[in-house]
Amino acid sequence: MANGSERMRREVMIRVVREFMEGTLEENIDRLPILVRPKGSQPSRCCIYHDREVLRYRLLALMGYEPADDVDESRSLKEYLQEAMASDELPPHPITVCESACNGCPNSKINITSNCQGCFARPCMFTCPKGAITVENQRATVDYAKCIKCGKCLTVCPFNAILKTTVPCEEICPVGAIRKNAEGVAEINFNRCIFCGKCFVKCPFGAILERSQLLKILYAIRSGKQVVALVAPSAEAQFPGGIERLFSAIVKAGFTDVIEVALGAEMTTENEAREYAEKIHDGQKLMTTSCCPAYVELVRKHYPDFLQYVSTTPSPMKYAGKIAREKYPEALNVFIGPCIAKRDEALHADEIDFVLTFEELGAILSGMKIDIMAQEPWPLPRPASAKARNYMKSCGVTEAVLDDLMQKEGFENFQLHTEFIDGIERKTLGRLRMCASDKSPVNFVEGMSCTGGCVGGPCSLVK
Amino acid sequence: MAEKIKIEICCGTTCYMLGAGELLKLEEILPEEWREYVDISAVPCNELCNDPKNLHNAPFITIDGEVYANASLEGVTNILVEKMQKKGGWDG
Repeated sequence: MANGSERMRREVMIRVVREFMEGTLEENIDRLPILVRPKGSQPSRCCIYHDREVLRYRLLALMGYEPADDVDESRSLKEYLQEAMASDELPPHPITVCESACNGCPNSKINITSNCQGCFARPCMFTCPKGAITVENQRATVDYAKCIKCGKCLTVCPFNAILKTTVPCEEICPVGAIRKNAEGVAEINFNRCIFCGKCFVKCPFGAILERSQLLKILYAIRSGKQVVALVAPSAEAQFPGGIERLFSAIVKAGFTDVIEVALGAEMTTENEAREYAEKIHDGQKLMTTSCCPAYVELVRKHYPDFLQYVSTTPSPMKYAGKIAREKYPEALNVFIGPCIAKRDEALHADEIDFVLTFEELGAILSGMKIDIMAQEPWPLPRPASAKARNYMKSCGVTEAVLDDLMQKEGFENFQLHTEFIDGIERKTLGRLRMCASDKSPVNFVEGMSCTGGCVGGPCSLVK
Repeated sequence: MAEKIKIEICCGTTCYMLGAGELLKLEEILPEEWREYVDISAVPCNELCNDPKNLHNAPFITIDGEVYANASLEGVTNILVEKMQKKGGWDG
């Protein structure tokens, strides 16, 4: 288990699904915070009452609410649940900050500790690119007006005397979308946010909550609606026993059918290769992939001039949604993957009705006591190709598209110059700008928000 | 050393969700020379997690018939070291 925050998130989901299956969720939902943190148990925050308060918001987020929706704190969770399930609305944003969980971490700063020996060599002073460190009275001091908090001094001090305090969410966010507000609590600016989920993974206080669609899906299944699961290729490495057993488990959980999103990836590959060939033929300088929604959002919100290079081919999720719509026109389509940004992409995609994460799927199977390993393998009508299934890894998309391209007339000797964005970070925009410059030979850019590709997604079960 | 240490990792969905997915990496992280002394297998749900009071103790792992709660890679490795030293088949 990576950490206690991840553990609590999963435990709460499992408890909620168990209650749902027993038919006691509405009756017991207000008791859940107390059951998880009973009198006399060890608190994870200042006291069990604070823990319970945050659990209330965790449960509200599982219903799709954000903490700001809790205007009347005396209102029961049961009432919220009934209201949420009666509505067809989906949360407008996939994540939110839980104010009462946010620690309001101390501002980022370079600190010189008493470990400093005021040494003769003074590597900190010589390494500092801004000349912000001087040594006075045998002790290094920082001129905060000059310091840019780059942290180079930390790495060279022979006495480990320099420490950096950080605000983890601000530090990890590649686009400066999350900042402490005037009250000192983290706040997400959705005009900047690309839904990459890095803050959600990083926050040591579990203060970033997903606004889930899990309960809506369970209610839809129970009401007898047809619900089709579209499972992302990265499921392979995420569950025990292989995807065929997983698919059987999903059907046992009440889904009408399961469709491999990799089948959609085959269509993306074919169309993206054709689109690329046409664009190169028309003299376009480069093309970049469109399957990672956080990457596309990065371009859209932070480098709109680059948008002309983004492939217009629909993502594997959308193609898989089309396959499902043809087969089951009445059904609700649920994309299941390791991704937070797909929730945003799905909001604007007609083919997809809901998005579940692997964690949530795991909670459903666990809550329903469905043992994946004990299932018979599901007979796949046609297994997707290995190349399409490889979309889950960095370079997988490029390999598939390139293979297709090389078979096209006139492209046998095509010189591909690829740039891989393997995990979005602050420097990514700079790299894209270099790719777009006339001097750059790059003609294909693969963009993946998560390091390693989708397998490294924020809601993956095994990292 | 006559008998191998038998390690059964519960891979019921609950245990898997709450950490057994990581425990499956045990074989990979064990030193080469240990591997012949241990027998690692993934087993179906042992239903220990069904009791709501027990949920926060998952994942469960069984080592030579004894059940350990809240199993982690570090914890299991420590138990193995102890067992190996006791059995005397390994001089550490």
